[in-house]
Amino acid sequence: MRKVWDIHGGIHPPENKTQSLEHAIEFAGIPAQLILPVSQHIGAAASPVVQVGDTVLKGQCIAEAVGAVSVPIHAPSSGTVTAIEDRPIAHPSGLDDLCIVIDTDGKDIWHQPPSTRDFTQLDKATLVELIRNHGIAGMGGAGFPTSIKLNMREPSNIKTLILNGTECEPYITSDHVLMREQSRKLAQGIAILAKLVQPEEILLGVEDNKIDVVAGLQDALKQHDFSALTGKPTSAEVITFPTKYPSGGEKQLIEILTGKQVPTGSLPASLGIACQNLGTAVAISDAVINDRPLISRITTVTGQAVAQPRNFEVLLGTPVEYLLARSGYNASSSNRLVMGGPMMGFTLLDITMPVVKTTNCILAPTEAELPSPPPAQACIRCGLCAEACPASLLPQQLFWFAQGKELEKLEQHNIADCIECGACSYVCPSNIPLVQYYRASKAEIRQRDADMQQAEHAKVRFDARQERLDRLEAEKIAARQARQAKAAANKAAQAGQDPKAAAVAAALARVGAKKSALEAAQNASAPEQIPAATLATDIDDPVQRALAKRAKQEQAGAANPAAVLQRAVESAEARLEKARLKLTNAETVQDSNVDAFKLAVDKCQSKLNQARAALDAHDAT
Amino acid sequence: MPLVQITSPHAHTSQSTSSVMMLVAIATLPGIAALTIGFGWGTLTNIVLSIIFALALEAGAVRLRKQPIGFYLRDNSALVTAILLGIALPPYASWWIILTGMFFAIIIAKHLYGGLGYNPFNPAMVGYVVLLISFPVEMTRWAAPLELVSELGTSGVSKPTLIESFGIALRLIELPTIDGFTMATPLDLLRQNDALMISDLKQTYPQFGAQGGLVWEWANLGFLIGGLFLLYRKIYTWHGPVSMLVTLSLLAAIFYDGGSSNSGGSPMLHLFSGATMLGAWFILTDPVSSAVSNKGRIIFGSGIGALIFIIRQWGNYPDSVAFAVLLMNFAAPLIDHYTQPKTYGHS
Repeated sequence: MRKVWDIHGGIHPPENKTQSLEHAIEFAGIPAQLILPVSQHIGAAASPVVQVGDTVLKGQCIAEAVGAVSVPIHAPSSGTVTAIEDRPIAHPSGLDDLCIVIDTDGKDIWHQPPSTRDFTQLDKATLVELIRNHGIAGMGGAGFPTSIKLNMREPSNIKTLILNGTECEPYITSDHVLMREQSRKLAQGIAILAKLVQPEEILLGVEDNKIDVVAGLQDALKQHDFSALTGKPTSAEVITFPTKYPSGGEKQLIEILTGKQVPTGSLPASLGIACQNLGTAVAISDAVINDRPLISRITTVTGQAVAQPRNFEVLLGTPVEYLLARSGYNASSSNRLVMGGPMMGFTLLDITMPVVKTTNCILAPTEAELPSPPPAQACIRCGLCAEACPASLLPQQLFWFAQGKELEKLEQHNIADCIECGACSYVCPSNIPLVQYYRASKAEIRQRDADMQQAEHAKVRFDARQERLDRLEAEKIAARQARQAKAAANKAAQAGQDPKAAAVAAALARVGAKKSALEAAQNASAPEQIPAATLATDIDDPVQRALAKRAKQEQAGAANPAAVLQRAVESAEARLEKARLKLTNAETVQDSNVDAFKLAVDKCQSKLNQARAALDAHDAT
Repeated sequence: MPLVQITSPHAHTSQSTSSVMMLVAIATLPGIAALTIGFGWGTLTNIVLSIIFALALEAGAVRLRKQPIGFYLRDNSALVTAILLGIALPPYASWWIILTGMFFAIIIAKHLYGGLGYNPFNPAMVGYVVLLISFPVEMTRWAAPLELVSELGTSGVSKPTLIESFGIALRLIELPTIDGFTMATPLDLLRQNDALMISDLKQTYPQFGAQGGLVWEWANLGFLIGGLFLLYRKIYTWHGPVSMLVTLSLLAAIFYDGGSSNSGGSPMLHLFSGATMLGAWFILTDPVSSAVSNKGRIIFGSGIGALIFIIRQWGNYPDSVAFAVLLMNFAAPLIDHYTQPKTYGHS
C-alpha cells in the first residue's frame, strides 16, 4: 500500500452522493435548441465560422480557436444556426456573452462519421493537434485548454501524472459514474496522456467513498502497457485515501499523493507533476481514438427539489431548464439553483443558461436541505476556520483585514493562496460569508495593482510628452533667434558700406545666435522658466495650427499648382507605404483586423492614383 | 422559483455562535455545583445577579448603538461573561459590586471597543480586576467552606438559605460578620506563610484539604471536567489550556523546595486551588482576546501559566489568573505577528 499524506484542515460535510448514484448514466436527449457560448474555456474566445441560417452537422466546427490559448467549438447535434448573439451564460458574474444558437433538427447527422484510430502510431505533435482541434479544455473547474497543458518542451520533465478522481464536493457524482461505467475509455485516455507526457508513475487518486470503482479501474489500467507507451518503466496505480473536503483541489491532491506542496505562484509542473481531470481523459480518448470532438459531458442533476437525481450524458449547450424538466424538477420547493457543488458552485439567475464544458453538476436544493444563510454574527475569532483551512491560512485574521481594507496585511497573510474552497465559511458559527470577503479583497488587490501600473504608465507617457514639447519649444526659439540674428546681420551689411565692418557684424550675429540658442536649450530643460510671452505668441490649439498651415499652403498653391500636386503624390505614396507595412505586420501576428488593413491599403492606392492623374493632367496643360 | 444570487459555499454547519456560547455556559455547571455545595448559595446569587445586570447592560449598550437588541442578546456572549464573573467574585458579593463589575465588563471592556469580537481584553477579567483594585476588602473576603463553618459552631445565619442568600447579596440582610463565616483561602495562607512547612500548614489550617484546599479541589475538578467536555466538543483546541497548566506545574515543581517553609506550594496545590482550572478552560480560551494560531496559543497559554505562578509566589495578590490573562491579552497581537502559520506552498 502506497503511503498517502494528510492535508491540513478540511471538513466533512454530508456527502449526499448516493441519491444520484442509483441510476446508470442516461443520455439526456437532444433539446430543441442548443446554446453554445464561444467562451467555455480560459483564454481567447473562439471565433464563429458559421452564419445565421447555416445548416450545421453534428461534430462540425462552428467556432475556431483564436490564438494559442483557445479551443474550437463544435456543433453537438445537427440543425440550423438561428442566432449568434449575447445570451446569459454559466458564469458567477451572471453576465451575458456571445453564443451560437442552434435549432436542432432531431436527425443528429454526423458531419464526419466517427472512426477509429490507433493512437500508438501517432507522434506527439499530432496527438496535441488532435486534442486541440477537438475542442478539449479541462472539464474539472477552470476549463484550461488541455493542449497547452500537454504541449510541453521536449524532453518531458513530468515524472508523475495524476488523474484526479477525488470528486470531493458533496452531491456531485459525475466523475464517480464515469469511473464506474467508462473505465475502459478512461484507461485509454490515460494511455494517450502517458504517451504525451511520458511520466514515470501514473496515480489515479480516488477518495475512499468511491471504493466500488477501484477494482474496475485497476482492471482497465491493466489493459495498457504504459512502459511501452512512455519508453521507460512506468507504473500505474489507483490510490484511495480518506474522504475529506477539499482533497480534490489540485494542490491538495498533489500533497495527499506525493507529500509535496506546490510552491506558491508556481505550477505543479515545477515539481514534475501534471494533473488531469477524468472527464478530460475520456474526452481525449474520444477525440484521438474515435475522432469525436468534445460535444457532450456527464452532468449530475441532483438535490431534493428534483424527483429523480441522476447523471446525464448532456450535449453541450443544453439549457439547464431542459435538464431540470427531464429530472422532475419541483420549482416551488427549490430555494436556489446551483451550477457546481454546494461548496464552490454558483447560483444561476436564468434557467435558460446552457451546460458548458465545465458543468459537472446542477444542484436544486430545498430550503430544508441547504437553508438560506442566516444573518452574520460577530466574529469571535474562535479559530474553527483556521482549523478547517486547507491552505493553513488564518481566515479570521484575513476577515479582520478584509473589513479594514488593509490590502498589504492581506497580502502578508497570503490571501493569494486562498483557493476559495469555502471550508472556512462552512464551519463559521457566526455565518460570516468569509469566502465572499476574500473574493472581494482579491479583486481590490487586483484593481489596486492595475491602477498602480496604469499610473506608472501614464507618468512615463507624461514625462515623454513633456520632454518632447520642451525640445520643440527650444528648437523653435533657437530658430527664431537665428533668423533675427541673420536679419540683423543682413541689415548691418546693407547699411555699412565697409565690407570689413559687415563681416564683423555678421560674425557677431552668428555668435549671438549660437549663445541664445544655447540659452534657449537650457531654458527648455527647465520648462517653468520658459517666458510666458514666447508661449503666448504661438497658436496653442492644434486644430487652429493645422488650419493656418493649410491656408498658407493654399496660398502657396495658388502661386505654384504643380508643386502642390507633386507634394500630394509624394504624401500619398508615403501613406501607401505605411499602410502596406501595417498590413504585413498584422498578417505576421495574425491580427483579427487584417481585413481593415487591407481596405486601408486599397484606399491609399486609389488616392495615390488620383493624385498621379491630377499631376499628369496639370503637366499636360 | 427563486433565482437568487447566493455566494458559495451553500452548505453550512448547524453550529452557531449562540450555541457555542451556550455550551460554554453549560460546561461551567459542574464547577458551579462544587462551589455551591462547598461554599453555600453565595456563588449562585452572584451568578444570577450578574446575568440580570449583564443582559440589562448589554441591551442598553446595543440600544445606544442602534443595533437590534434581540439579535445581539441571543448570541449569549453576555451570559457567558456574567457567569464567569459571577464565579470569580467572592460568594455573597454585594449587588453594587456585581453591578460595577458588570458595567466595566460589558460597557467599558466590550462595547466601547466595538462589541463582541473586537474586545482586546477578556471582559470578565477586566471587570474582576477593576473590582479587586477598587474594593480590596470586599473582594478578598471569601466564604469559608460550609463544613468548617459548622465545625467552628458559630451562631446566627451561618448557613444562609437560598432566599437568605439573595437577601444578603442585596444587602437586605447583613452579611454575617461572625468569625468563621469568611476565611482565608489556601492561597492566602500560602502567601502569608513564612514559618511553617507545608505539612504543618495543612495540619494547622483545615481548609487546606487534600490537594488544593477544601471545596477548591472539587471546584477545580468541576471546571476541569467542563473544560474537557468543551475540548471534546471541539469548541477550542488543547493548545492554550494545556500549555498553561504544564507551565504552571513545571514552575511549581521547580519552586516546591520539598515542602519547606520557603516552598511555593506543590504543583497539585497550584493546579487545584484558586482559579487555575477556571482560568485554563474558561478564561484564556476566550478566543476573542487570545492569540489566534495554535503555536500562538501555546505561547499565550505558557505566558499565562508563568505569570500566574510568578504573581502567586512573589506578587501582592494570592491569586492572579485575571492579571495573568490580561497581561497576555496585551501580548496577543505581538504573538500573532510572530506565529503566523506556514501557508501551503510557502517555505
